[in-house]
Amino acid sequence: MSLLSNTAILLGKELRTEFRSRELLTTTAVFILIVLVLFSFAINPGTEEAREFAPGLLWLAILFASSLMFQSCFLREQTNDTLSSLRLAVSDPFAIFLAKLIANTLFLLLTELLMLPFFAIFYNIPLWSKLPVLILVLFVGSLGISIAGTAISAISAQARMRELLLPLLLLPLLTPVLVMSTLVTASLLDREPVVQWKGIGFLAVFDLIFLTALWLFGEYLLEE
Amino acid sequence: MTALRIPPTGLRFENIDKRYGGLLALRRVSFEIAPGECVVLAGRNGSGKTTLLRVAAQIVKPTAGRLSFPGAQAELPANGRPGYVAHTTMVYDELTAEENLLLFGRLQNVENPAARAEELLREVGLIERRDSLVRTFSRGMRQRIAIARALIHRPSVLLFDEPATGLDPPGITWLANTLREVNRAGCTVVMSLHGESEISALATRGVQLDAGSVIADTKSGASLQAILTFGSA
Repeated sequence: MSLLSNTAILLGKELRTEFRSRELLTTTAVFILIVLVLFSFAINPGTEEAREFAPGLLWLAILFASSLMFQSCFLREQTNDTLSSLRLAVSDPFAIFLAKLIANTLFLLLTELLMLPFFAIFYNIPLWSKLPVLILVLFVGSLGISIAGTAISAISAQARMRELLLPLLLLPLLTPVLVMSTLVTASLLDREPVVQWKGIGFLAVFDLIFLTALWLFGEYLLEE
Repeated sequence: MTALRIPPTGLRFENIDKRYGGLLALRRVSFEIAPGECVVLAGRNGSGKTTLLRVAAQIVKPTAGRLSFPGAQAELPANGRPGYVAHTTMVYDELTAEENLLLFGRLQNVENPAARAEELLREVGLIERRDSLVRTFSRGMRQRIAIARALIHRPSVLLFDEPATGLDPPGITWLANTLREVNRAGCTVVMSLHGESEISALATRGVQLDAGSVIADTKSGASLQAILTFGSA
């Protein structure tokens, strides 16, 4: 019970500070938009080529943007050593991770939803009819990215070359999510769309495994 | 205002070592602080005072040795956890003074956190600035909110690392009075200080550290005075 209530209190803090500064949301949205625009110049919209490559580009953009987002996730707790005050205050340190990864998932999803209309326009891919399943894929994919990203952010925030370390650790770790999310999204955006439930299941299992690992070992990541 | 609602708690350090890479910050530190004592830690910069306080706050795990809280209940209630003031404020710049206190009050299951936050804001003289973001505060105001955060859950042990930093003379007097009051109520106070002040006058015991080891530990007259005045010009 205290885990859930502590998580809810900390999630409220994460949302309040972000919506006050809008640092993460703005940076992430602008980054994804820039990547989508730049790649749209290289690929002729509406062609089979666009349908083939666009899902991969979308997920690459999401992945790179999320690594920007995770840089500050635990780093901002170091400015005034607020991580120590949180550790003193919460009864279960997993609440700190849970609040952060839920907030990161929400921020990522919100950014993706804002970017979807631009994606549909730049690559001339109709999304409306596939939107519910696409949102499900974005959710399970983003959740996986956020769980791993939050954990790696806690590790890298204490390192000296943190800006370099985070993407170096995160990107290989998220290769399975990137590959599977791209495959599922590509099938969904095909001229003859197919919902790959096995792929969605794979992403859900990935999320579950990483969440369990974070629950078991997260406390050690917060130690000085 | 800060009356204890749990039995007073002491601190026991048993052969504590803390190593940071090749640096041994604490070596074989062993002493016990009785419930309700007011102890000053003295020593040069880098002598291990901050590390010892962070070990006591359970923010840092000792490399070897054991820390225990004599008198504490087996299952610590929220206010069984120490209240800790560090060199940094340990509060969020992007939140207001009141939001910070509410956050830490709620996390620690403080009864009626809004009333407690208001009470503390009044005491630290920041009630007029309750809705201001902490990033707009001066150093002294930040220190006041840091102290309020440490007191929010009415802890039975207070660990203060140079608490007078940034405080003006009225602020130091206020802090000395607050510490006297909580100590009288049974709260154990451990603080690191440089030099003599109104705050050090509260101490009933002095522990001096050098190179991570305890080199003096006294409760009596002249030797206590020598430790309390350590670092004075």
